[in-house]
Amino acid sequence: MAEVHTHDPDDHESAYAGLLVNDAHWAFGTDFEDPLAGVDTTVPDGVDASTLATYCLMLGDDALVLSQRLSEWCSRAPDLEEDIALANIALDLLGQSRLLLARAAAADPSIVPALPEDSPVPDEDRLAFFRDDLQFRNVRLAEVANGDFAETVVRVLLFSSWRLAVFEQLSSSRDAVLAAVAAKGVKEMAYHRDFSARWFLTLARGTEESRRRLVAGLEQLWPLWPELFETHSAEREAAAAGVGVDPAQVAAEVDVVLEQVFAASGVDRPDRGALAGIQGKKGRDGHHTEAMSKILAEMQVVARAHPRGRW
Amino acid sequence: MLRREDVLARARAAAESVVDPELPMLTLLDLGVLRGVEIAEDGAVVAAITPTYSGCPAMATMRDDLQRTLQEAGFDDARVRVELDPAWTTDWITATGRDALAAAGISPPGAAPRRTGPVALTLTPMRRDICCPQCASAAVEVTSEFGSTACKALYRCLDCLEPFDHVKEI
Repeated sequence: MAEVHTHDPDDHESAYAGLLVNDAHWAFGTDFEDPLAGVDTTVPDGVDASTLATYCLMLGDDALVLSQRLSEWCSRAPDLEEDIALANIALDLLGQSRLLLARAAAADPSIVPALPEDSPVPDEDRLAFFRDDLQFRNVRLAEVANGDFAETVVRVLLFSSWRLAVFEQLSSSRDAVLAAVAAKGVKEMAYHRDFSARWFLTLARGTEESRRRLVAGLEQLWPLWPELFETHSAEREAAAAGVGVDPAQVAAEVDVVLEQVFAASGVDRPDRGALAGIQGKKGRDGHHTEAMSKILAEMQVVARAHPRGRW
Repeated sequence: MLRREDVLARARAAAESVVDPELPMLTLLDLGVLRGVEIAEDGAVVAAITPTYSGCPAMATMRDDLQRTLQEAGFDDARVRVELDPAWTTDWITATGRDALAAAGISPPGAAPRRTGPVALTLTPMRRDICCPQCASAAVEVTSEFGSTACKALYRCLDCLEPFDHVKEI
């Protein structure tokens, strides 16, 4: 352990003095970055480590990519309260993502991109910043570019309604780490869903213009909605092993919630088909929309320029 | 040779003195983040902590502060262990912690929601039985469910007109 500098309160000689000592008293750049420090990450009996890792990547990538999108609202939301709310939701999702990516890496280290031997970049960051779009397993709803505030409200409502229902089931996962992450996430996402549902109602019942924008946002995103309930083979295997959730199993329950919001808002369910994949392959297979490589380019450029960087 | 109980008591006292980096009127013990201090088989002091929110940026600082304080107290190989289960709840904030929050102008949380079955959707603003930490008026309104940090909601007092933070029940 590096020597710890004790600040001398009487030392006012130079404003720079404090910058020149070692920075062991700061959290960043130390060894405290592992969000699963000391957590037992043993893969449960009878569970395929690769399946568990892929499943964690899916849920982790959903959260990471949507978090990045939502943080684009920082300083641009209609008012300060909503700006802070979106940043807080983004932060919750980022936290969930860190735990899930770290869990994926601990389950199957072979998925973690290789970096120079002396690189201090932790596994979760390698997964976030050093994979290409084809290796990301998020649903396409998370990645598409932001529209206006109304469209973001719709996106948060759809995403949090789905994820809350999945996480409620996942709280009883045989994998203790996933179960704990999900139990925590349920508490957080209850706020995300309430926030977006209330704004959905407010905009739908507001002015003609707010309603027009809300309905347009719903029409725009609706084709991406069915993908969330299409069971991918990794989700099926994870569910069969008792560690994951088959999203098709929560479809009816999520539909009840949406119907409640639509009915209160006087909004009709859009009549639009699902956005096709590429030869049937979609986000969970690593086949994304054009928006994905652009959002990753912006998110990853600094980390990739400094593979040995300490932050 | 120090007795094991004495070592543990000294380690506990050190760990329990560490304060929250964002709410320095609270110790990590008052906040319910410090879950325990024990001596591991290898003789090292191990402090267990439970994160408040998944994305709380203060967690890394809390871990760092704990480890540094233990080292300064003479426990060179002290470690900090994360305990994810059970998930942190505001019910773990101690009575001392609640008093300290209120004294600092922050409205302490009420009882956390107890859920049985699926989480219900709430389309109307959450109703909380709270009062203004400045003037004690019960006439308050929520401005936003997300305040200066993820763990706080923003309120306004309709009598003294002061805005204030309320620690959200989770």
